[in-house]
Amino acid sequence: MKLFMLKLMASTVLVFTVLSGTVLADEDAASRSRGYKADKLEACVEPTEFMRRNHMELILHQRNLTVHEGIRIKDDSLANCVDCHASRDAQGKAIAVNEEGQFCERCHEQAAVHLDCFQCHATIPDSDIPNDSNWH
Amino acid sequence: MKKIHFLEWGLNSPRYWGILAVLAAIAGIGGLSALYMEHNGHWVTGMSNQVVWGMPHIFAIFLIVAASGALNVASIASVFGKTPYKPLARLSAVFAVTLLIGGLLVLVLDLGRPDRLIVAMTTYNFKSIFAWNILLYTGFMVIVIVYLFTMMERKAQQYNKAAGTFAFIWRLTLTTGTGSIFGFIVARQAFDAAIMAPMFVIMSFSFGLACFLLLLMYVYRADGRELGDSVVLRLKNLLGVFVASVFYFTLAYHLTNLYATENHSLERFILLDGGVYTNIFWIGQIFLGTLVPLGILYHPSLGKMRNWIAISCGLVVLGAFSQLYVIIIGGQAFPMQMFPGKTIIESGFYDGVNGMAASYAPTLAETLLGIGGVSVAVLMALVVIRMLPILPISLADKDVDPHAS
Amino acid sequence: MADKNNLLANKARRSFLGKAAAAASLTVAPGVVLQSIAAVKSGTEGVSDNTRWGMLIDTSKCADGCDACVTACASENGLPVHERPKSDPVWIRKVKLKDNLTDSVTTLPMMCQHCEKPPCADVCPTGASFRRADGIVMVDRHICIGCRYCMMACPYKARSFIHEEIVLKPTHTPRGKGCVESCNFCVHRLDSGNETTACQEACQKEGHNAIIFGDLKDSSSEVSQALRNLPSREIRADLQLNTGVRYKDI
Ligand code: HEC
Ligand code: HEC
Ligand code: HEC
Repeated sequence: MKLFMLKLMASTVLVFTVLSGTVLADEDAASRSRGYKADKLEACVEPTEFMRRNHMELILHQRNLTVHEGIRIKDDSLANCVDCHASRDAQGKAIAVNEEGQFCERCHEQAAVHLDCFQCHATIPDSDIPNDSNWH
Repeated sequence: MKKIHFLEWGLNSPRYWGILAVLAAIAGIGGLSALYMEHNGHWVTGMSNQVVWGMPHIFAIFLIVAASGALNVASIASVFGKTPYKPLARLSAVFAVTLLIGGLLVLVLDLGRPDRLIVAMTTYNFKSIFAWNILLYTGFMVIVIVYLFTMMERKAQQYNKAAGTFAFIWRLTLTTGTGSIFGFIVARQAFDAAIMAPMFVIMSFSFGLACFLLLLMYVYRADGRELGDSVVLRLKNLLGVFVASVFYFTLAYHLTNLYATENHSLERFILLDGGVYTNIFWIGQIFLGTLVPLGILYHPSLGKMRNWIAISCGLVVLGAFSQLYVIIIGGQAFPMQMFPGKTIIESGFYDGVNGMAASYAPTLAETLLGIGGVSVAVLMALVVIRMLPILPISLADKDVDPHAS
Repeated sequence: MADKNNLLANKARRSFLGKAAAAASLTVAPGVVLQSIAAVKSGTEGVSDNTRWGMLIDTSKCADGCDACVTACASENGLPVHERPKSDPVWIRKVKLKDNLTDSVTTLPMMCQHCEKPPCADVCPTGASFRRADGIVMVDRHICIGCRYCMMACPYKARSFIHEEIVLKPTHTPRGKGCVESCNFCVHRLDSGNETTACQEACQKEGHNAIIFGDLKDSSSEVSQALRNLPSREIRADLQLNTGVRYKDI
């Protein structure tokens, strides 16, 4: 029952966000239209408002679940964030999400948050990483 | 005994600042070396997946062990009530803290991810000796500073003995803990010995006192204060006893190893055919670091001359580095015995093919990092004695020796 | 705020319920056990100690000169091709032994032995080295500070420190400078339901079948059966670490 209520709440929030999103969409879409996979989608893995404020806790939570308990909820995985949020250049080549001005960097630059995640984690979608390459 | 008066170190300013500048430059070079190592990654050092701890660890462990040893003089004064040592107690406590800071700095700057220091301070695995050591080290600093306060503040003096006793127990625990970092490593023959912990305690007595004596003789000479024989000879005799004790523990360590058949090849390696490790053991640790200083310290005439005493202190320090090199690097270079009764004839990961030892050649960067740590320790000590009344105005015989008139 | 807490709590509950269900079902009905293990193995529920991953290596089948397992591991996990052999990471290596009495020669792969009582985890100051409930010993590289004490403590020399920056890495094995790492039984595969490791697969492909991998607690698994039927031993059995990797014919 509780779970149902939660889902209901979540979907209500989602609907509202999507609704309000469409109002602002024009301007937003223009500024984001750089070939993100996320461009074609309406929402993030959780409501956008929630993500904007709480994405860090979501990922850090997911990180411990994955590493220590082997739980891999695909939606919340860092790999998945990168998959949706990496943009592409004119040739269709993926641009690293943590490069200057790119999705995971643009707010962090402003907030003066320094992430070390991408020293280790791949910065472009899995499909763009040459398979079986000479890793280095 | 007369009342002791303390006064800030009175070296004239240009000389004082000159010395600080030199020490700061050395420390700075150490810092830059660390930056260089972190920026490029540890491949620019001599350390590898075969020899994982190198020069920085030798320096760090030397400084940490010496730190707890440097506190001895203070402990002897307040715990064991030996008044002749009382005037030296403040300097002893100050040097103990600064040596520890120098050592920890080197240890931290060598980490793969020094940026995660906060993780090391907040996330503990209490099964790990290393985690306990982090607590022991930070605790040591706090306790010794409190102890120093009880020496310097009249109102706190009543707690002096309690603080001193607590600090003494803490420092014994600390060195036991440092020794146990090695003693609990069952994987490697050279470390897997219960004698490691007490051996480190006695090593700390010797290394710490040698450093303390050097510093004491230097700062007194530099600003022209009197330092009488009664203090110096007392300390050098103590040093002789400590050096001999370390020698005894070294003998015991090797003899017990020789007693157990499975350790014969290790003993062969250290004592006979380990190349650089054998040389460092016999020449550095035993001859220059033990026999020569013992000879000087107990020599009827040389043993009374300041310069010779200083030389023997220096040799004890040299012997200390040799000993740590043989224990830490030699212990890793000696191949792990994974397959008794078999010889490894090929390996994709240097498993001691045909019994061959792993190689380690320290690079300049990691050595400079270590020297930087020593420099930080001395620099901080000099700053503190300049700013606070740590040094007795005079340590002349007539002022300290209860038996002289 | 409440929204966030609910959401995170809900996610936690999902995983907790998974575990509780697994524990409860053990006593309730065998059918449910199967179901929850299936869930565990597909990576949506937490791992549990109903499983212990392990390996048997039949050295009599391990071919001299073959390093298929080593190259497969390197390409699966993005380990570099050797440019600086002393500091490059190695998760699995081939070792060739000669018996001092009989001169007989054996070759075998060495890797993390996934001890039940791992010395690396005991010494790790931050708890980054740990043993997962299903027996996999690994490093949480989010809290590893790079002190290398685990490498000092490992009796098998199974661990590598990352000595330089890594530019290109596979999505499923993030890796980076300054941390220690080692074989993790291809945990990303196991969590997504693929119950083979890269080395085992490669060995099989070569036709040697020297590596048998599976769940030691499942008595019907191939590895359990093989361990029952063949004599095998642990390396450095004297340390009583109860390793998850066993060897036959050494
Ligand atoms: C399925 C594709 C997808 C995945 C996976 C995904 N996102 Fe999103 N994300 C989106 C979309 C689409 C938006 C934009 C929604 C909007 O504009 O209202 C978005 C918005 C966001 C925002 C708000 C951006 C802003 O400008 O306010 C953040 C922050 C965010 N995502 C972070 C993440 C993180 C962190 C992850 C990984 C846990 C992740 N996303 C995974 C599709 C995705
Ligand atoms: C030193 C390397 C390193 C750094 C730095 C690092 N990670 Fe990881 N991360 C890993 C490894 C290794 C795994 C385990 C992957 C596996 O088992 O599949 C992992 C797994 C994860 C996972 C679960 C797998 C996934 O894709 O969702 C998340 C989430 C995660 N890390 C988040 C982070 C975040 C957020 C940061 C930065 C604050 C970060 N990591 C920094 C190495 C690193
Ligand atoms: C809407 C702006 C925005 C976007 C887009 C964004 N972040 Fe953030 N992120 C922030 C802010 C602001 C903080 C700092 C929060 C704080 O200090 O509490 C933060 C913090 C984090 C943290 C925690 C850092 C720490 O050390 O605690 C992680 C991890 C993180 N972000 C990951 C990501 C990833 C991965 C992406 C890309 C998928 C991303 N963020 C995109 C605004 C953003």
